[in-house]
Amino acid sequence: MNAIREPESPPASARKPAIVRAEGLTKQVSTPDHELVIVREASFEVAAGDSVAIVGASGSGKSTLLGLLAGLDVPSAGRVWIDGEDLFALDEDGRARLRGRLVGFVFQSFQLLPALTALENVMLPLELAGVADAGARASRVLDQVGLADRLGHYPRQLSGGEQQRVAVARAFATEPKLLFADEPTGNLDSATGRQVIELLFRMNRDHGTTLVLVTHDEALAARCDRRIAISAGVVQG
Amino acid sequence: MTNNFAIALRMLRRNAHSGEARVLAAALLVAVASVTTVGFFADRVRGALDRQANELLGGDLVVIADHPVPAAFVERARADGLAIAQTTTFPSMVAGAAGTSLAEIKAVSSSFPLRGRLRVAPTPVAPDREADGAPAPGTVWVAGPLVSRIGAAVGETVKVGNASLRVAEVITREPDNVLDFFGIAPRVLINDADLAATGLVQVGSRVSYRLLVAGESRQVSRYESEMRPRLGRGERIEGVRDARSEVRVSLERAQRFLGLASLLSVILASVAVALAARRFSLRQTDGAAMMRCLGAAQADIFAINAWQFLLLAAAGCAAGTAAGFGAQAVLAHWLSGFFAVALPAPGWRPAVQGAVIGLVLVLGFTIPPLLRLRNVPTLRVLRSDVAVAEPSSLFAYALGLGALSSLIVWQAGDTRLGAISVGGFAAALGVAALAGFILIRALSRLRAGASGPWRYGLANLRRRTGASLVQVMALGVGIMAMLLLTLVRSDLIVKWQKSMPADMPNRFAINVQNDQLPAVKAYFADLGLATPDLYPMVRGRLVAIGDKTVSPADYTDQRARRLVEREFNLSWAKDLRPDNKIVAGSWWKAGDAAPQFSVEEGIAKTLSIRVGDTLSWDVGGARFTAKVTSLRKVEWDSFKANFFVIASPGMLEAYPASWITSFHLPAGREEVVNRLVERFPNVSVIDLTAIMGQVKRISDQVSRAVEFVFLFAIAAGLVVLFAAITSTQDERVFEGAVMRTLGASRRQMVLTQLSEFLAIGLLAGMVAAAGAVGLTFALSERVLGVPYEFDWVVPVAGLLAGGVGVAIAGLLGTRRAVDSPPLAAIRAVT
Repeated sequence: MNAIREPESPPASARKPAIVRAEGLTKQVSTPDHELVIVREASFEVAAGDSVAIVGASGSGKSTLLGLLAGLDVPSAGRVWIDGEDLFALDEDGRARLRGRLVGFVFQSFQLLPALTALENVMLPLELAGVADAGARASRVLDQVGLADRLGHYPRQLSGGEQQRVAVARAFATEPKLLFADEPTGNLDSATGRQVIELLFRMNRDHGTTLVLVTHDEALAARCDRRIAISAGVVQG
Repeated sequence: MTNNFAIALRMLRRNAHSGEARVLAAALLVAVASVTTVGFFADRVRGALDRQANELLGGDLVVIADHPVPAAFVERARADGLAIAQTTTFPSMVAGAAGTSLAEIKAVSSSFPLRGRLRVAPTPVAPDREADGAPAPGTVWVAGPLVSRIGAAVGETVKVGNASLRVAEVITREPDNVLDFFGIAPRVLINDADLAATGLVQVGSRVSYRLLVAGESRQVSRYESEMRPRLGRGERIEGVRDARSEVRVSLERAQRFLGLASLLSVILASVAVALAARRFSLRQTDGAAMMRCLGAAQADIFAINAWQFLLLAAAGCAAGTAAGFGAQAVLAHWLSGFFAVALPAPGWRPAVQGAVIGLVLVLGFTIPPLLRLRNVPTLRVLRSDVAVAEPSSLFAYALGLGALSSLIVWQAGDTRLGAISVGGFAAALGVAALAGFILIRALSRLRAGASGPWRYGLANLRRRTGASLVQVMALGVGIMAMLLLTLVRSDLIVKWQKSMPADMPNRFAINVQNDQLPAVKAYFADLGLATPDLYPMVRGRLVAIGDKTVSPADYTDQRARRLVEREFNLSWAKDLRPDNKIVAGSWWKAGDAAPQFSVEEGIAKTLSIRVGDTLSWDVGGARFTAKVTSLRKVEWDSFKANFFVIASPGMLEAYPASWITSFHLPAGREEVVNRLVERFPNVSVIDLTAIMGQVKRISDQVSRAVEFVFLFAIAAGLVVLFAAITSTQDERVFEGAVMRTLGASRRQMVLTQLSEFLAIGLLAGMVAAAGAVGLTFALSERVLGVPYEFDWVVPVAGLLAGGVGVAIAGLLGTRRAVDSPPLAAIRAVT
């Protein structure tokens, strides 16, 4: 068994309460000739309010790890607790509800719904959560990301940077305690990428949101409170 | 090319399990199966007709006349060394110990038949054997049904007209009865030596005289070429080629109709093929860009994908042909009641026809998306948002639409009917598309007022307007076919049957002579029955229309040729009957002495007769001419005696006439007919209930055949539904995954999908209901003549079938979007 150590972390007693806790988290898939382990027995914690960068080479398993932490994928073994709730003791519906309540997610390729305007995209998680003034709140958040004049635009009418800002606004609209971001600047030029990063950290600061992001970008990783390195599916010390 | 084929084969193996490959193969399977079912079946029936043609004639060549065949024909045949036989056929009543019945009397010379053999038995149920020749003088052979009906067992005596003949054999099979629904009355075969003694061949009798000729084929054709120019009026020569041309014509007509019905599935399948091919090409876009980076030419990309479609098409066509072959066996089994002989195995031609249809569908509807793949810019490898130039869709599909239209015209068998069908299909789909478009736009406006999942469902409906429209139309047509088959058809038939009055005539009495008129009327009056109206009938030949002499050669239409060749039943009347309506010109006024004709509109159209034309007639050698002053529409289904041509009073009274009437015989009063025929042996009574029963049986069986063919349309509709759902499935799976990520519950996701499918289903239901109501209106008012009544059940059933059916199918079809873990779904799609 590979020893998984939590790197550079203070003793548990001294830390802020953990909002994410992974234990023995493993994902493997079957290929025609062998079993491929993508993430191997990862165990660590993320404290509330922290910003954490998951870094690693291509194919190291970092996006899969992020997906498992957010409950977007099901592990082959191991457990994840979000805000004390055992994520995989819940069914798909339960996990979706938990995400709706606590989690925001930003994808590398934005993943906005093409049928909906910017405003409707941001309203979507609010409406799903049954928030009454979804429209007003969504436009407020879009204003915060500098898109007040783009409310009625469809994704195809927006630039890549604008689309990612809509995605960030969508992720923060429900004021989640925890935000996962998968290569949030991967599809953007560096200037636009920087703007989006500023936005994420500003939100992290203003709302006290815990930020867990996967990135290639060393500069971005360096701005985070912590970094978790992963190589060939194993979280490194 | 070899390389491209190998690559295509490898790629197809990967793609074979994808939804679109399955849709493409399934659509082709249904379309080809539908067309080949009809093709194989028609081929078998045609084969049976060909095989029987010789036997049908009873000889190699037949001279047919409505008067005794002139001696010159007989002498020439004898001189040429040909074998000859003669027959005289007419309907008449026969009486036995147990009752009377209408029969088809055939008096034959001892040499009959020259080709083929009759089969006979001592009783209807005993094993039969080949008969040797024809009945001896003084004896009669009767068809099985007469044995019990009139007590005509072997050894008993039956009365045929005035002659008493002994029953010698029971006929079990006559060569000339392949399609036995055309022989309505049972056969009685007598020797022509006894014909005169029956006294049945009189003025006005419907008698057909035949001279059968057989010999070496060279001699027969020489005889034919010598004698054909010498044919007089009312005479014709039939060879094997012409045999049963009426049967052939009606078969071809039926095949055309079934063929057009089967094309409905082809049209629906083309939608599914186009949808599947488009999705296939969308999925191959990035692969194509990559291949272009690796040095593939546009032609290679085209060839690799075209090969895949062709291989899929080959599989679909082969399976479809096999399914069609199986299905025609079911059809043949259902309709086996029509055929007295076993149907031969079908030929290979329908399989070729199926392959052609499959090819047309594949080439016509997959080339546009393939052309799109050719145009994939290489830059797409670097930036997935680089758009692919789309060929103008109308132009791109012009090939497919053109090919489909040609198919319809080809199947219809004549350009006009084909053009009408193409126009009809196009107009119906155009109207459905326009209605669908307007409805989609109207419904998506409600989105602002809707909340949560409903808003997203309606937003999707609008964003996918094109896809939604295709779904609405395809489903609409499918549901309409189902509504017509289930609700409307039976309802219309019931209404039509109800529209017939209870005292509708069910018997015809024909051949009443002038001097019998008062006695026949008195006979009915004495029995307390309503005195029937008797109508005079004079047989005459149409000689000229205007100045132009009429000849069968002037007409291409088979019916027109027959009409001109044979004698017409002319009648006269003072007043217009209520079941006749003037559609052009006017009926003669009382006291108008000018001789005039009124012609039935259908026959006027067939023979190109207009109001104002003069018609010249030959009645027994005398000739007279008069002007057509009106055209009439006749309610033939009133089952009353009606006439194509009616003369004004004073023109025909001098000529020999027989009289005809129809009357209603209450059930259980058969003795009225028996005594009538006893008193007036020359009068023939035709029982219409048997004929009506037979007509009903035929129409039931034919409508089952049509239903059977429509089943393919429904199957094709389901394939389109599946194609339409899978064509947007990638988007749905993706949207579902994003919504899941954002915290959507199962209920919310189901509601989103449900709202979109429910909307599509309801719109399809509306289109279907409107179409079904429109068609029902046209059918009842125009075809059946039954007043149209709006039936709420049809639109309600349409909306229910659409809404509930599509919603369930859609939810089942997009299960994956709801059940998959979100990350896997997003990765699979992006």
